[in-house]
Amino acid sequence: MDSALASDSGLYLRQTVKTAVKLLVVGHFAVGKTTFVGSLSEIKPLRTEETMTQAGALVDDLTGIKDKTTTTVAMDFGRLTLSDSLVLYLFGAPGQQRFTRLWQDMTRGALGALVLADTRRLEQSFDVMGLLEDHGLPYAVAVNHFDGAPAYPEAEIREALDLLPETPLVTCDARDRTSSTQALISLVQYLYARTTQEHA
Amino acid sequence: MTPRRREERGLVRPYVVTDGRAHPTRNTFDLVTLVMAHGDRPLSGLSPEKRRLMELCLGGALSVAEIASHLRLPVSVTKVLLGDLVDSGHITTRSPIPSAQLPEAQLLQEVLDGLRARL
Repeated sequence: MDSALASDSGLYLRQTVKTAVKLLVVGHFAVGKTTFVGSLSEIKPLRTEETMTQAGALVDDLTGIKDKTTTTVAMDFGRLTLSDSLVLYLFGAPGQQRFTRLWQDMTRGALGALVLADTRRLEQSFDVMGLLEDHGLPYAVAVNHFDGAPAYPEAEIREALDLLPETPLVTCDARDRTSSTQALISLVQYLYARTTQEHA
Repeated sequence: MTPRRREERGLVRPYVVTDGRAHPTRNTFDLVTLVMAHGDRPLSGLSPEKRRLMELCLGGALSVAEIASHLRLPVSVTKVLLGDLVDSGHITTRSPIPSAQLPEAQLLQEVLDGLRARL
């Protein structure tokens, strides 16, 4: 707590920042979301919590009473200042179907999402891709490279994930800043292309 | 279901931080809404949590998610405190782009430029 309040100059946004945008980094458990956010963030990735019930949520959360009707979900997020006026937040989001309200909060106002996938467990990406489609959020898929994981031709991965022809598919190494940045660029290029097409 | 607690009047209310409210006075806070504190407002009379929030925010602009994380409060609680502090004139916020609108091509171009500049 004290360290967070310290007047460390990197803590705060530049005074000139006017606009904040949000992208989601989603995927199944242990696919590398937190690593990806950590590679890109200019601040030490932060963790925030949402309580997942309506009535009683605050009561239970603040007293530490474990109530089975309350679930606390943690999200890791990071920050990238992109220009004097623009800052990008990256939220690493859990892919579990049951956190509907969390998803509503997270997807509201988000520009899009990057789905991280693991070639050893491609089928586990379906839930999160379905959630994004339900919320109408456009996404690109980045296959995170894990040492020893099989490398498949792009066409096979596309088929296995049942991707639309226009959905970008890239590979990345979530531990590497440049590689992770390139994956985000692929996503934003896609979002840009969609927007200009829809306004044409 | 969550047990009813209304009868437990004698107990110290753990949700005293928000005066028992689960929702902010205004529903305008997104995770990336930017918050700026006004240094000319007195902190006297604020609850300890609001004072902590103000002390954090007086250092510079932060997003709602960052404030919640630094204060180690749930986002829902943080939004309630922020709503009160907007009402009392202690902070102002800058909302993210309207969620109902498709992002402008220009905004996405700026994001792209910023990301490319990091390579």
